[in-house]
Amino acid sequence: MAKIEVDETRCKGCELCAAACAKKCIAMSKTFSATGYYPAFLCAPELCSGCGLCAQVCPDLAISVFKEAVR
Amino acid sequence: MLLINPRPESLVDVKMHYCPGCGHGVAHRLVAEAMDELGIRERTIGVAPVGCAVFSDDYFNCDMIQGAHGRGPAIATGLKRTRPDCIVFSYQGDGDLASIGMGETIHSAARGENITIIFINNATYGMTGGQMAPTTLMGQKASTCPLGRDPQVNGYPIKVCELLAQLEGARYLERVSLHTAAHVIKAKKAVKKAFQNQVDGKGFSLVEILSTCPTNMGISPLEATKFIADKMLAQYPLGVYKGAEGGKIDVSRN
Repeated sequence: MAKIEVDETRCKGCELCAAACAKKCIAMSKTFSATGYYPAFLCAPELCSGCGLCAQVCPDLAISVFKEAVR
Repeated sequence: MLLINPRPESLVDVKMHYCPGCGHGVAHRLVAEAMDELGIRERTIGVAPVGCAVFSDDYFNCDMIQGAHGRGPAIATGLKRTRPDCIVFSYQGDGDLASIGMGETIHSAARGENITIIFINNATYGMTGGQMAPTTLMGQKASTCPLGRDPQVNGYPIKVCELLAQLEGARYLERVSLHTAAHVIKAKKAVKKAFQNQVDGKGFSLVEILSTCPTNMGISPLEATKFIADKMLAQYPLGVYKGAEGGKIDVSRN
């Protein structure tokens, strides 16, 4: 299990994360955020592998990537 | 669940003012992560440029100084010579480093100053409104060359890494890009090496980072990354121009 969380107050809707995602599980919201952009969100949580490519390309450091702790 | 990409300590936890899709945010993160991983944040002094990154002192969690346009390498030289224990880096754009500051850049490289320069090449003047920069590509449109850059009128682009590579004082020169996640990961290695060289006292290190300015190019952030892949890489080939591992390095300079 893995997931990402997008900080909507930081995301500026540049779509670079959605393009970088190999699993295509990031989409852009249809509604405005408080800052006036269409923020990214995890549209297919079951596909997310936690690879972190989205966070690599995010210019605003708005994406937090979570993974299950390895035992 | 475990957070695998915590925000670097060397980056203040505030929202950045850059435009959507701007490469500065990623470049800031790479510099901050290099500072964190080398454990040099408490003794690092950064030189902020004139350009969009002029406010980078709000973002880098280390000591910062802001210089006059293009004078970053000269200021960094002074800081490094008076405080040799400090790690000094200059963060500059192409208008700053390759245009008005070209003299300072070349001479600090020729002197072999033990400083690190992070050079953001986005082929345009970002802050002032998309004017033609020394690095603007052949045929690329800008607000001061609306028909595209013509060598008869505007001359040819300056390739900074190739230019500095012929100077004996330059120790490490590499050109990297930020247009895909894989290139960002490679860019991080280059930035870290540039700082490591300074920690080891090896001398002048410059990393040229191909970046995007979607606002002034008049295209979307995604199209801007495509512009790097299709157009910029052809005129600015990536790679290590000096100081490659296993390459010939003049060790007598240490």
